[in-house]
Amino acid sequence: MSVILEMENICKQFPGVLANDCVCLSVKEGEVHALLGENGAGKSTLMNILCGLYKPTSGEIHLEGELVRFNSARDAMERGIGMVHQHFMLIPTMTVTENCLIGDKEGNAIKLDRKEAGQRLKELAERYGMEIDPDAIVGTLSVGEMQRVEIVKALFRGAKILILDEPTAVLTPQEARALFKMIRALTDNQFTVIFISHKLDEVKEISDRVTVLRQGSVVGTYDIDQCSVEELARLMVGREIRFDVIERRQAVGDTLLEVNNLSLHRQQSSEGKLLDDLSFEVREGEVLGIAGVDGNGQAELVECLTGILRASSGEALYQGNDLLKLSTRDIMSKDVSHIPQDRQKTGLVMPMTLVENFALQDYYKKDFGKGIFLDWIGVEDRSAKLIKDFSVKTPSTYELAQNLSGGNQQKVVAAREISREPKLLIAMHPTRGLDVGAVEYIHNQLIDQRDKGVGILLVSTEMEEIMRLSDRIIVLYEGRAMGCVRPSETTIEEMGLMMGGRKLDDIRKGRVKEAPVEENIM
Amino acid sequence: MDLLQTIGGYLFTDIRMAAPVLLAGLGLLLMNWSGLLNIGAEGIMLIAALAAVAGSHFFGSVWMGLLLAMLAGAVFGLLFAVLTVTLRANQTVVGAALNILGLSLSTTLNRVFFGIETTVTKVDAYKVLEIPLLSKIPVIGRAFFAQMPIVYIAFILVPVIHYFLFKTKPGLNLRSVGENPRVADTLGINVYRTQYLATIVGSMIIAAGGAFLSTGLLNFFAEDMVAGRGYIALAAVIFGKYRPTGIMVAAMIFMAGNVVSNVLQVAGVGIPYTFLTMIPYVLTIIALTIFASRAVAPASLGKPYKRG
Amino acid sequence: MKALITTKMKTQGKAGAQQILVSFSATVFALALGMLLIYAIGFDPFSASVAMVDGAFGSKNAFGETLVKMTPLIFTGMSYALASRCGLTNLGMEGQLYMGALTGTATGIYVSGLPAVLHLPLTILAGFLGGALWGLIAGALKVRFGASEIITTVMLNTIAISFIDYMVNGPMIEPPGINCQTQPVRSSAQLPNLLSGTRAHWGFVIAIAFVVLFWLFLWRSKRGYEVRVAGLNLSAARYSGIHTDKNILLVMFLAGGLAGLAGCNEILGIQIRMIPEISPGYGFDGIAVSLIGNNTPFGIVIGALLFGAFRAGGNRMQIRAKVPNAIVSVVQALVIFAVVASQMLLDKWNEYQMKKIHRQESEEA
Repeated sequence: MSVILEMENICKQFPGVLANDCVCLSVKEGEVHALLGENGAGKSTLMNILCGLYKPTSGEIHLEGELVRFNSARDAMERGIGMVHQHFMLIPTMTVTENCLIGDKEGNAIKLDRKEAGQRLKELAERYGMEIDPDAIVGTLSVGEMQRVEIVKALFRGAKILILDEPTAVLTPQEARALFKMIRALTDNQFTVIFISHKLDEVKEISDRVTVLRQGSVVGTYDIDQCSVEELARLMVGREIRFDVIERRQAVGDTLLEVNNLSLHRQQSSEGKLLDDLSFEVREGEVLGIAGVDGNGQAELVECLTGILRASSGEALYQGNDLLKLSTRDIMSKDVSHIPQDRQKTGLVMPMTLVENFALQDYYKKDFGKGIFLDWIGVEDRSAKLIKDFSVKTPSTYELAQNLSGGNQQKVVAAREISREPKLLIAMHPTRGLDVGAVEYIHNQLIDQRDKGVGILLVSTEMEEIMRLSDRIIVLYEGRAMGCVRPSETTIEEMGLMMGGRKLDDIRKGRVKEAPVEENIM
Repeated sequence: MDLLQTIGGYLFTDIRMAAPVLLAGLGLLLMNWSGLLNIGAEGIMLIAALAAVAGSHFFGSVWMGLLLAMLAGAVFGLLFAVLTVTLRANQTVVGAALNILGLSLSTTLNRVFFGIETTVTKVDAYKVLEIPLLSKIPVIGRAFFAQMPIVYIAFILVPVIHYFLFKTKPGLNLRSVGENPRVADTLGINVYRTQYLATIVGSMIIAAGGAFLSTGLLNFFAEDMVAGRGYIALAAVIFGKYRPTGIMVAAMIFMAGNVVSNVLQVAGVGIPYTFLTMIPYVLTIIALTIFASRAVAPASLGKPYKRG
Repeated sequence: MKALITTKMKTQGKAGAQQILVSFSATVFALALGMLLIYAIGFDPFSASVAMVDGAFGSKNAFGETLVKMTPLIFTGMSYALASRCGLTNLGMEGQLYMGALTGTATGIYVSGLPAVLHLPLTILAGFLGGALWGLIAGALKVRFGASEIITTVMLNTIAISFIDYMVNGPMIEPPGINCQTQPVRSSAQLPNLLSGTRAHWGFVIAIAFVVLFWLFLWRSKRGYEVRVAGLNLSAARYSGIHTDKNILLVMFLAGGLAGLAGCNEILGIQIRMIPEISPGYGFDGIAVSLIGNNTPFGIVIGALLFGAFRAGGNRMQIRAKVPNAIVSVVQALVIFAVVASQMLLDKWNEYQMKKIHRQESEEA
């Protein structure tokens, strides 16, 4: 097999983040090449560069030995690179054929020959073991069928290299198996597939070679036959984790929140659940960590518990109430605080002042003003105190939230939520995108709360954060709990396996002896 | 026979009255399918109505009037596109301002061109084009085949635009921009250029509708003579479910109000005319409540698109 | 009460200054274009401006006229601004204005035997309610069916105007039915004169009072705070448990009511009776007023003053300089274009600045 694609020293600088740091990738013709990595490892950025959506800050792309520069997705497509995005690029009100013909420059420039194109699509699909109805309206198709349409669309437009971004994330196991068959049929016909994933088993199953990315850099490229799933897990998670266990001042108290059999169905199709039969409890003075790769149900879990989404079934008992049946306002008024996953989109109103943002959760309460009016002077005093207590760096209490740095914005959210003196604190990605100092600060605040007896539900994709702060950890995978472990009783490898979809019981049963930890991974 | 003749007469009037609304609706339709919501058809029609009279008056040909009207429409369209596509300004606000501009500018220029005197300047209107033989068909002959050329053009545009939108590649590309500009962009379509073209061409078609008011239905310009037809066209597009044929039907139904009121008066039923003028708008609101939950309108209608 | 009055809650200094600069320069730009247009169509822009200013501010009577024209603009400007603050587009001010005028007129004519202290407030309340209910229709259609308020408000405009046409020509026509107008409202429902020797009436004072209420509601009340949060960030509103549907209904009700007051005051202070065409486009002018004022109370008063002066001075300009007064509306449209364009240019500029700062930061790092 000859090398078809060579990406050399690709760097991509986003404001404040180096998403790709001198990444090299070499893909051979006709292989399935997996890109494995955690969230933020730089997989998607690299592939968006390859398919022309982003321009690299530096670095070169060689296609079949020739230096290429892509200014748009069209350029890349014309050179035979097609990408199937996680969020499908399809227009639901149009038919399959129409979706494939948008922007088509081949043949008659005016006439839209649906019949002829539909026939070609059908033949193309059948050649690789897929079945599609060219005249079906895309919006009526299942998610798996839509993905098939995306693949056929890429082939129809002349793709030789097909990039699949987390293709199984939206599929049922049966659909995933069908997809793998398709991929095999494609590579048998000299197509090349780049497969982005964080799921170990499927990487092991489908790929020929794997390139592992971690924090924007390449860990290495391996032949899949020479790597065990355990090794892949360690390579993906990698870094030595500091177990600077934070001393507890107080024992864990009574049960505060008890979640039983919580499920949430997907809205459109009946098959597939976003949350599947989750049960757990959070005790007073305890941090329960929810780990897992992004998009495995964490956001839905938090939204169900805070009344933003309605769960399909189950209960969440808290102070004698079922949180799943209450409105957001009712929940938040029962000593629950919520640090939402996105401070800019949800946690703050960016064009408002800090004072106004500090009022967001409690403005309606009596101590924020009598009757129908807000007591802004009171709020201002409160804000000034919080800004001081939480050392928020801002020119004034009336600065707009959007003018603060990310760390200070997060401090504002944390200050507001913690100052509400909650009994239950739900914190999602509380340190995402923050610098080391700010992370440390937020962590200490959370620990303080824990020591005061607050029960904390900490959702995070940052391994270190979860391991450092949690008393117990539940790993979510496709809406299901893979297992519940104590940080001191688990290993990186075990965590990685659970995040990749292995159940804790299976891992522990299947393991005869401790896998040797290789020292110099890098 | 008498009754049939009356019906034929009503049909003739209805088709004639529907033509300008139909043209405006078709123009708006092109814009809507490119994702732009323009409530400024009223203003475009007004300035076009004036330009048509001015063109006919100064160049001595009603067709020169049409040309000038379409040119004026194109300028308004360009203005709309620059503000909403390039600068991503709020489309509704710009559309409302186009209406204000169309009304005030046409009034101003009318007084400048033709003076504030009470006598209106009259021009020649389009000549009726009778199609031999066909126009002799009883009852419907005159309604369908003895109209002014623009009426024919308006109705011929219905299948033409339908064919363009749903049977050609440029039409598919246009619709993809209105449905999801990001998808269109990744597939290599120049979203901004598409929107500019749709706006300018659409405005020219709307302008033709305006021209027909002052050089077809009437033969002079009167201040605010469009009298809400721009809004009726907007209603017709929604009521017609964003399909050319739907717009045609809607325009015919909406403009039949005149006809119905005549019939009712003859029959002695006293429904006031003003209630009939409400019908298009009431129907559209009802249609809107029914359609709102379904994907009838282009999905990205009214949302500015930002590349990258 | 002290807490309510303190103006510590200032908007951000820099952003505020930028906004004022945008409005100001856009207005100057549009005025310059208007002058150019006056010149292009063969008139003297200088003498036109002099006549305009003279007609708007040159005498007590002129100033009174400006106040008269300002009054409805303040109301419709607030109506548009209130909806905007909640993330809604109310284009139905014209229809709401007419409905408010109608209910106000009806109450002014048909309710009898009340002293002015009762009759006048009652009539004004009726005017408010007429517009408010008309606005509420659009709000309800949005909440219940998801119908876009942009379209429904436009449709409701023409429905309202047709309905008024019918009422004035039919059930409410002044006996014996020669002129299409209603009888005059009772004197107990008429707004007293504000400046003797002019047409300025107490409607202006009511408008200013409502500007204060507008400010109190949006920036001091809990409900107004909810409205602003939901208008700026729907996700944050949901996160904090704000009931957005209820707020949409409330805001469309209040916005409609404000526009209704524009019509009602015009009747009670100027026209005295209902005629089919009481508004020369005050409804749509409200958009320009609110845009220029950046949806702030003070800005709206300034915007209304500008366009009120235009309208008052426009007539003098037409008589003295022979420039058609419709040119005033041309300038108004140009102001809207210039404000939205410069707003977007400002955003692009800020974006560019942010990018530059980020680039510098990453280079340092």
